[in-house]
Amino acid sequence: MSTVVTPGLFSQVDVSVSKKTPYLMAAFAVFVLVAFGFVGKTDIVAFQWSKEEDLIHLPDFLVASNVVGLVLGTVLVAIAVFSFVLAQRTRVTPLWLTLVFGLLAVVALLAWLAAGNTLPFAFILGNAVVLAVPLALGAMGGIMSERVGVVNIAIEGQLLTGAFLAAVVGSLTDNLYLGLIVAMIGAALLSMVLAVFSIQYLVDQIIVGVVLNVLVLGITNFLYAQWLSNDGQNSNFPGTFPIIPIPGLSAIPVIGPALFEARITTYLAYVIIPVLWFILFKTRLGLRARSVGEHPLAADTVGINVAVTRFWWVTIGGLVAGLGGAALTIGAVGAFGRNMSGGQGFIALAVVILGRWHPFSAAAAALLFGFSIVLRIWANQVSPGIPTDFITIVPYVVTLIAVVGFVGRVRAPAATGKPYIKG
Amino acid sequence: MSDGTETPVVGRGAAVIREIMSGGAARALLSVVAGFVIGAIFMVFSSEEFLAAAQYLTSRPADALGAAWTAIAEGYSALFRGSIYNYTAGSFEASIRPMTETLRFAGPLIASGLGVALAFRVGLFNIGASGQLLFGALWATWISTRVELPWGVHLVVAVLVAILGAAAYGAVVGFLKARTGAHEVIVTIMLNYIAAGILTFFFRTPELLREVDGGGTPKSDAPAESAQLPLLLGPEFTLHAGFILAIVGVVVYWWLMERSTIGFRFRMVGHNADAARTAGINVERTFVLAMAVSGAFVGLAAANQALGVRAGLTPDIDGTIGFDAITVALLGSSTAPGVLLAGLLFGAFKAGAPQMQVIGLSPEITGVVQGFIVLFIAAPPLVRAIFRLPPPQKTTVIADWWQKLTTKGDPK
Repeated sequence: MSTVVTPGLFSQVDVSVSKKTPYLMAAFAVFVLVAFGFVGKTDIVAFQWSKEEDLIHLPDFLVASNVVGLVLGTVLVAIAVFSFVLAQRTRVTPLWLTLVFGLLAVVALLAWLAAGNTLPFAFILGNAVVLAVPLALGAMGGIMSERVGVVNIAIEGQLLTGAFLAAVVGSLTDNLYLGLIVAMIGAALLSMVLAVFSIQYLVDQIIVGVVLNVLVLGITNFLYAQWLSNDGQNSNFPGTFPIIPIPGLSAIPVIGPALFEARITTYLAYVIIPVLWFILFKTRLGLRARSVGEHPLAADTVGINVAVTRFWWVTIGGLVAGLGGAALTIGAVGAFGRNMSGGQGFIALAVVILGRWHPFSAAAAALLFGFSIVLRIWANQVSPGIPTDFITIVPYVVTLIAVVGFVGRVRAPAATGKPYIKG
Repeated sequence: MSDGTETPVVGRGAAVIREIMSGGAARALLSVVAGFVIGAIFMVFSSEEFLAAAQYLTSRPADALGAAWTAIAEGYSALFRGSIYNYTAGSFEASIRPMTETLRFAGPLIASGLGVALAFRVGLFNIGASGQLLFGALWATWISTRVELPWGVHLVVAVLVAILGAAAYGAVVGFLKARTGAHEVIVTIMLNYIAAGILTFFFRTPELLREVDGGGTPKSDAPAESAQLPLLLGPEFTLHAGFILAIVGVVVYWWLMERSTIGFRFRMVGHNADAARTAGINVERTFVLAMAVSGAFVGLAAANQALGVRAGLTPDIDGTIGFDAITVALLGSSTAPGVLLAGLLFGAFKAGAPQMQVIGLSPEITGVVQGFIVLFIAAPPLVRAIFRLPPPQKTTVIADWWQKLTTKGDPK
């Protein structure tokens, strides 16, 4: 096992064929099997697949909690064994299998928590998606900027800018779409500051990012206290986008109501994520962007303008993050609150890394964080006494484990965080 | 002499001025000035009198100008009254109380600012001051509420535990960076959330740290009297010995970074890690040590927050100190006197809040000023462009003069 430490910003141990993933999976699988299965609760869980008013109503699925633990635990053990076999043949466990593993483990945890209760599956999934949208969009902004080699710590500030402008402009003009557009432009302008400082003036990218966060927090806190809280009726009462069910798709049992009865901000996320993936990995534009992030000197040599590429990707990333900010206010609850983003930009940063700078994986990671937020609230209701604080920190621990290189291989674009000085 | 970049020959006095104006201190000062100017603009545009007068700006511009001036003068004089000297208060104690409040708020800012500053000097970005503070405060609270020790010993142990707890939490960051190459920014952000979760869990669980007879909200008991940082100026003032801790921290920081071998090693790694490695320094071990020491300084802030109160603690005891510490270190350019002054300035901002509230100006305005100050600090070219400052000078007129002054006789 050879380890090579590279000096990039998110540099990672580069392990030839790691058995860490199977080992970790085995540990989780055994835990699920024992804790939720063998010594699990015997109370009945009612899996509630759909709401009363849904078009196709599935009956509740009644099963003992420990049976779910036993069955899913066995499946998880099987996946872990399969992963061992793959590692023996020097093959990496595919990402989708890891995701399925995580999803099944979450379901087992849910069944354990809900012993003696109903498990409103559609409700949990639907809320997790709503909470994941700002994170996912912030993360897409982060991916766009880091793929070209600029670290974006300012996602937090961009979300906050977007949330503030969307609510205020939406209220003042009575036009939520205008609010959405202004929110995106505002966050993009913030991104431009980051881009100019880091590309033109070669200021440390992380410092600029942190400073922009401090600045936006200061300005929005002041405007909120001085203006919005006194004049809320006119300036901070935007309402939310209507919920639009997509005909056909929203009738699919279980996932239909959760995924396809949503607001326009959620649908925009559905569009942006695959489009970003397509552009990054299937077009010349994306290839150029990635080459700038991996090896700017080589990109420059073949005639790509590094500075201009970085500038535009970072700026457009700001547009996307601003949309995520708008999703926090007019895409979810309406009015703007003090420090509304409350650290979600930093979670989005974690999502970028956990998703390995890949749009789809990042979206899945955002969903994981969305789940953890819903779980915390819901677990408190069904079984008080569960240490919800630990459920809260699980995603952060997972991210930490991922960053220090235990879950497979996490490697950032090689030139991330490094200014490029044209020779 | 054909080299076009050669500095033109100027007089000695002009060279001194050029050197001062291009230096970090002048830039910091001008950044503060610029921050206050922008804060003033925000004050003007949030003043209702000004907005009313601006409606008829063209016919009577003096009204708008007067309103603008009133808004600025009232705002900043409220800040002055709240943070330095309250000239409207009746008694002497009441007039100087704002100053002591500023010192009280500055204590944790200075201490945690030193922690972040130390990491900066080693080329590390410690964004995890809030996590380290929480972790140190957690164990300090354990000592102060769950352990009984004799008078005097109790406080010393509690402070030491706060420092050790925060240092250990910082060392984890250094260890993970040294061992796996994980970037400290991401690690510290995650550890911040993890520390907050752990602390909340401890404060929520009755068997651990929850307040005796407390309700469902996470809250701890007040620290035992023997573990409280003593008040410095009697019961009239809330200023406590936490500020002394911060000052001791400043002196230790100065000695450590400017005079000690360890500090030299820290700075060497910060300047050029590869060169330091070639020179035989164990860079990985230096990272671990630097993050531990950085955490130890943050631990002083943890002691301030956990032991400087007379009431129970809630999970948000870190407040905004984690990020304020970064701004303090940036403004103080990571030097001991700089961090001291920057901490005092931002402490004054916090102390001034109630007085600003009184005149109907949101105290959050100081957040705007603070944000712009660090923006200017973070981007030297921006400040240089605004104030038309000369670029960094290569002359050493002041240093030569200083050396002449401090060495007896002829320096040669």
